[in-house]
Amino acid sequence: MSESGAQTAEVSAHEKAGTPWHEIVLASLKSNNVKLVVYVPDRVFTPLIKAIHDDPYFITFAATREEEAIGIVTGAWMGGMRGAVLMQTSGFATIPNALASLVCPSQIPALIFVSERGTLGEFNLGQAMVCKTMRPVLDSLGVETHTITRIDELAFIIDRSIKQAVATLAPVTFILSPLLTGGKVIKQ
Amino acid sequence: MNTNMTQNQSGAVSAHNAPGGGAAHNAKVMNRFELTKRLVGQLKHEEAVIGGIGNANFDLWAAGQRPQNFYMLGSMGLTIPIGLGVAIAQPQRHVVALEGDGSLLMQLGCLSTVAMLKPKNFTMVLWDNGIYQITGSQPTPAAGHADFVAIARGLGLPNSNWAADEEDFDRLFATALKSGVPSLIAVRIDNKPGVGATDRDPVQIRTRFMQGIGAKK
Repeated sequence: MSESGAQTAEVSAHEKAGTPWHEIVLASLKSNNVKLVVYVPDRVFTPLIKAIHDDPYFITFAATREEEAIGIVTGAWMGGMRGAVLMQTSGFATIPNALASLVCPSQIPALIFVSERGTLGEFNLGQAMVCKTMRPVLDSLGVETHTITRIDELAFIIDRSIKQAVATLAPVTFILSPLLTGGKVIKQ
Repeated sequence: MNTNMTQNQSGAVSAHNAPGGGAAHNAKVMNRFELTKRLVGQLKHEEAVIGGIGNANFDLWAAGQRPQNFYMLGSMGLTIPIGLGVAIAQPQRHVVALEGDGSLLMQLGCLSTVAMLKPKNFTMVLWDNGIYQITGSQPTPAAGHADFVAIARGLGLPNSNWAADEEDFDRLFATALKSGVPSLIAVRIDNKPGVGATDRDPVQIRTRFMQGIGAKK
């Protein structure tokens, strides 16, 4: 209960201070000893990626493909290091085989952050189609998935879900909605 | 200048001109199981070994089950990424990834990631028979014309060599274990199937591996 209270207080502090979403994500990763962050770049995630690069706590780099990143954090977990993967929605479509044949059967607590594209003003049909299939794929694989739309819930959801992933040896996906991040819109 | 030959780090002369199945290839055609046994025989410091999908891990299994072995049952192409992850998490332990040519073709980009990070404790062994042996020996799209050592070097891994014969493989692998740079050893192999049959229990494989490399009690 006290932990819950502390979280709520922390969230309130963030809100008062106007802490941007990417600082909350970074702090949640750090406080949960998630040292490795492997990403395939995304415009919306750029401030998060930059902040993680600027923080010497993290080992972070780009992989050439999202499923490669999944393989790397799987190896790191088996070696004793927690890892997260960052990708955009279209990139999610490259990882179902890695989830179905490696992460899920091996019970790897991979932490997957997806910048949600394909909704709320999308201009790229390819992103929109993957957006439609992403949640059904995650559901059918039984992967815990949270769509985060509110900054006051962000720290709580990520912190608690990382702890659950590690405790239950299960992957978790965080879909960061444009309602949270602002998303990406076509220039007029 | 003879472009077919190169002086490798151990001083042996290796062919690196063509892949398994290629007529121009100078390396001896060897056997994956025999070389896996030779490789495992050189491991004296609880090195981690990742056996790629199919025959690569079947032969690793058959060569003697070590607690530091991880047998990858699915996720074709992710042997090297998994090995890289282990190498990042445990920089004091040498990690060896055993990958097939068809599998590597699925994830060639991972070599550039290894080249970027330059892990001091990572060796990749590529078994190249030019075929998808396990699915019916269909030739890969690379068979006969692509050179994996040239590809690896081109992606930024200069310590990449074809093993000319068994003794050359032993030398290359011994050198790789203490080189302090990521190494790739490509081996032209025959079309024989894997010898063993890995017990397909992913949780047990993962748990034993983590215990074997000290990441789990």
